[in-house]
Amino acid sequence: MKGIITVLGHDRVGIIARVCVFLSGANINILDISQTIVQGFFNMVMVVDLSGASLTFEDIVGGLNAAGDELGVQIKLQREEIFNSMHRI
Amino acid sequence: MLSTHEIQETNRMIEEQLLDVRTITMGISLLDCAAGDMSRFCDNVYDKITRTAQNLCSVGEAIGREYGIPIVNKRIAVTPIAIAAAGTGASSYTPVAETLDRAAAETGVNLIGGYSALVHKGSTPSDRALVSSLPEALSTTTRVCSSVNVGSTRAGINMNAVRRLGGVLLDMAKRTEKENSFACAKFVVFCNAVEDNPFMAGAFHGVGERDAVINVGISGPGVVSRALRDVRGADFETLCETVKRTAFKITRVGQLVAQEASRRLGVPFGIIDLSLAPTPAVGDSIAEILTEMGLSKPGAPGTTAAVAILNDNVKKGGVMASSYVGGLSGAFIPVSEDAGMIDAVTAGALSLEKLEAMTCVCSVGLDMIAVPGDTSAETLSGIIADEMAIGMINNKTTAVRIIPAIGKKAGDMIEYGGLFGSAPVMAVNPFPCGDFIRRGGRIPPPIHSFRN
Repeated sequence: MKGIITVLGHDRVGIIARVCVFLSGANINILDISQTIVQGFFNMVMVVDLSGASLTFEDIVGGLNAAGDELGVQIKLQREEIFNSMHRI
Repeated sequence: MLSTHEIQETNRMIEEQLLDVRTITMGISLLDCAAGDMSRFCDNVYDKITRTAQNLCSVGEAIGREYGIPIVNKRIAVTPIAIAAAGTGASSYTPVAETLDRAAAETGVNLIGGYSALVHKGSTPSDRALVSSLPEALSTTTRVCSSVNVGSTRAGINMNAVRRLGGVLLDMAKRTEKENSFACAKFVVFCNAVEDNPFMAGAFHGVGERDAVINVGISGPGVVSRALRDVRGADFETLCETVKRTAFKITRVGQLVAQEASRRLGVPFGIIDLSLAPTPAVGDSIAEILTEMGLSKPGAPGTTAAVAILNDNVKKGGVMASSYVGGLSGAFIPVSEDAGMIDAVTAGALSLEKLEAMTCVCSVGLDMIAVPGDTSAETLSGIIADEMAIGMINNKTTAVRIIPAIGKKAGDMIEYGGLFGSAPVMAVNPFPCGDFIRRGGRIPPPIHSFRN
């Protein structure tokens, strides 16, 4: 199962590092990553593989929310199917 | 591979344009609950509903969290009680309504539909027991919704029932005067009612359905009006194409949620209902779509054409996105639940008569309309008869959910809060129609019903 992580907020040092450390601790592999910074606003989209995750979906969401609170950014995890169903025939 | 743009577009729809899945409704057959006495029947009903729907709310919430899309309502629709409870021979079905209310509370759903009767060709003793118990049942329960189908293109219109329901509406309104006649907000009169409607207050589980089924109602008027903002001034082909593309995307999300809910609950998927459903929240409004199309206010000349365009193109986009489209699948224009409609009524742009005209092109009916509390039972029946005739002649579903607001006059506001919103009390044509309504009997079906 693939998931999409989106991170949105003011740019600062260590956002990617903090998210990646958490993901690595939960045995979640990053498949793709793209980020843009427009006028100090940080916007990242990450495609991750959740199939080998050591935590439940709910716990991963909880961990990402905690990281988001620490960093002052909004972090969201969604299953990939919602995007595929909307944008792919 | 998904592009960042696509991911952001979806999330903007959810976060800024209030895209959600409006309801996951589980249809449950109560035919196997039949019993010869009321208390056994009620026990059977309670057990079947609480057993079948025990995981409905938790599954709905889990799906919402995993896909990141709100699933606003989880609801239950049951076999019309006038059919399921007929074997009890009881003279009042209020105990059944109380049982449904308890079962809804136990499973955590906010509304349960199916306290209903189908009387389009005539009434059985059981239908009459249900109809006469409506004022008591709907004023003493909180989650129970009710509907009565009084007409169809095949059978015509049962005018005895139409006449009776005018009085029933007033009785319901008076009993719940302190709550702004709220019982009437939980009651719908139908022509050509459908058996798989997931939306309240008119949902029931038809007798042609399987034992249990998952039906899903989509939403997303805000997404449509936002998409139309980008094509301001463009011609009608572009307008229609934009609505179609947007409806396709919205419906695909509904289809995904429906299939996932069906899989996790072990209950077969039924249909997706393509009706765009507004809420009182700003930005979640059908009226805003109409103004984005170029009308200064809903109700202005051109409104009926605009509703026709919206409704038809939502269907054209939606049918490609789902294998099974059903339910009502027509744009909803409830006055109290749509901030833009309330505004149009208050500004004097939108009248009851214009709303009736709009329902001819497939919005579903006169929905959540408050009228003065001194409106006579015959006039209420007349309003119902007009709307039923539109459904019968045009071979489509029409509905009336009207609230005679006791103690209120045209121009007053009544407040319900939550999804039910607030309704401006609308003026009603003051000329009487009593002699017409009192004729009694059945209006025969139209000539084009003979298609065999």
